[in-house]
Amino acid sequence: MSPSAQIYGLMVEFDSPEELLRATAATRRAGYLRMDAYSPYPVDGLSVELGIRGSRLPFVVLIGGILGAATAFFMQIYSMAIDYPLNVGGRPLISWPVFVPITFELLILVAALAAFFGMMYLNGLPCPHHPVFNVDRFCRASQDRFFLCIEATDSKFDRLITAEFLSALTPTGEVMEVPLRSLMGDHA
Amino acid sequence: MENGQLKVWREQEKVPDLLAVPEYIPGGYTASTVSEKISGLVLKRPTGVGWLGGFGLSCLLLAIFGMAVLWLLVFGVGIWGIQIPNCWGFDITNFVWWIGIGHAGTLISAFLLLMHQRWRTSINRIAEAMTIFAVMCAGLFPLLHLGRPWFFYWLLPYPNTMALWPQFRSPLVFDVFAVGTYFTVSLLFWYMGMIPDLATLRDRATSRLPRIAFAALALGWRNSARHWHRYEQAYLLLAGLGTPLVISVHSVVSSDFASSIEPAWHETVFPPYFVAGAIFSGFAMVILLCIPIRHFYRLQEFITIDHLDVMGKLLLATSFLTSYGYLSEQFVSWYGGETAERYVYWWRLFGFEQYASITWFLFFCNTIVPQLLWSRRMRRRVSVLAVVSLLVLVGMWFERYMIITTTLSRDYLPSSWGFFKPTIWDILTFVGSLGIFFTAFLLFARVLPVMSMAETRALLPGAHGPEVGR
Repeated sequence: MSPSAQIYGLMVEFDSPEELLRATAATRRAGYLRMDAYSPYPVDGLSVELGIRGSRLPFVVLIGGILGAATAFFMQIYSMAIDYPLNVGGRPLISWPVFVPITFELLILVAALAAFFGMMYLNGLPCPHHPVFNVDRFCRASQDRFFLCIEATDSKFDRLITAEFLSALTPTGEVMEVPLRSLMGDHA
Repeated sequence: MENGQLKVWREQEKVPDLLAVPEYIPGGYTASTVSEKISGLVLKRPTGVGWLGGFGLSCLLLAIFGMAVLWLLVFGVGIWGIQIPNCWGFDITNFVWWIGIGHAGTLISAFLLLMHQRWRTSINRIAEAMTIFAVMCAGLFPLLHLGRPWFFYWLLPYPNTMALWPQFRSPLVFDVFAVGTYFTVSLLFWYMGMIPDLATLRDRATSRLPRIAFAALALGWRNSARHWHRYEQAYLLLAGLGTPLVISVHSVVSSDFASSIEPAWHETVFPPYFVAGAIFSGFAMVILLCIPIRHFYRLQEFITIDHLDVMGKLLLATSFLTSYGYLSEQFVSWYGGETAERYVYWWRLFGFEQYASITWFLFFCNTIVPQLLWSRRMRRRVSVLAVVSLLVLVGMWFERYMIITTTLSRDYLPSSWGFFKPTIWDILTFVGSLGIFFTAFLLFARVLPVMSMAETRALLPGAHGPEVGR
């Protein structure tokens, strides 16, 4: 096994979002594809630099909304006109205007559930254990620091060459190795 | 230099700086200090005597609620003052009042997000928490009012041995879906907005229990740019779904009244009029909650006087919308010329032996008092804002009380006229519901971040934050 197989990747830290944006763009230009950036808030333009194209989430939400509305509408028609028809003053059994409020509410409900759970599913969350958490400094990613990680599965990845490339990006501190398993064992 | 001198002169001469850019972003703070300050409120701040006192009082109210509900379950709704023809009394008043309060939360979070109002960032978490707890209180009242609350699940469509369905043509069944959806969506919105902050708390916690608890709640959020990308999309989509939802929920609530044929209920103005009143009372509650939080947690730099100012303006605007509802109602009842309806309105305004004093009191609270907020100086005085908000909340409660009791006690036939007189159990159940709200709210303020750290960081100068929410 090559040494690079034992680590998840190499990580560098930055102080500011500009530096992270610059470094991400440089890394993409150098031909790396499997990488991720970490920031304490969504940084404008970072997804473009990482080459993230649109996502399937709006489509998932659309499907959720259609399913919710259709279920509600046909459930009401089935119950009020087919399964238990009730003649109220000779009014039509499929009195669709009064079915609108519940149809609308279920549209919103299912679409919102699709937005939340779709986001979680597409992001692979919940994910309580992840190699990036093995880096001690990484606890700052949720507070005030910016990180860039090139993953070892990238075809261009080489432990020494990539480390050299990353340190040329003038990060704060050293290039850090991201171990696949926790060394301390306390993150388990 | 010149600016500084100008500022000093203004302060000395008490000249309001009308052209000054409002300060919605804490000056002098960095991403590190924002994280430290807000997470410190949860992780480092010792539990104070004030909090314990407030919590004890809320728990006492909660205990009163428990007792009142137990009494209700044992003896039935007859312990309340409701009696034919007044079958709705405090219970439905409380329901409409609480759910109305709940409306400002999602409005602030969702609507102001879509409108790019950056000032929402400091108060949206508080407002969302308020929404969830208010909707919890609201949901309990119609259930308790059912008579046999343990059969509440009959309201849901499910295959049952009775081969029955809920009456989907009834607004009371619309309510079940509207309130249920509103609660679920508000909870998702609140929780989703909190995930990055829960990750911050996980990473900053020093003791074992909080670290495990926050790690579990943060669901392994690791601030990845790929995750943020979808997170922001989902948040925006939820906001887009939440905005029409807010409007629909109180419209549905109002159709409980408007779709009946009772005099002074059967009106097309009801949906917008109720939505405006809901947002009005909700903003009053947000102001009333923000004032002690910014004081006790020393968050004056985050929830600035400019925040209170802009909320005061919104309170004034929604007061006008609600007052327009009052005027329109009176006008249409006169212009419509329907005898029973004209009579109910006349009697609401001038039947002083029964409800007219309540009507004039609520006009005073909801229309007259908020006029104070035309003055910038008044809007920027915390005590004035607090008193106005409190009166608005009281006034809005009486508004719903007036709408419900007057119509029911003056039906078309004088033979079915009545009068609603609350019993002690009505009052205890209402007061007790404040206990649910404040117990939940105080727990929230103690163990969860009261402000969005991630969104605040993105607003700081030089942050390269996203356009959304600015």
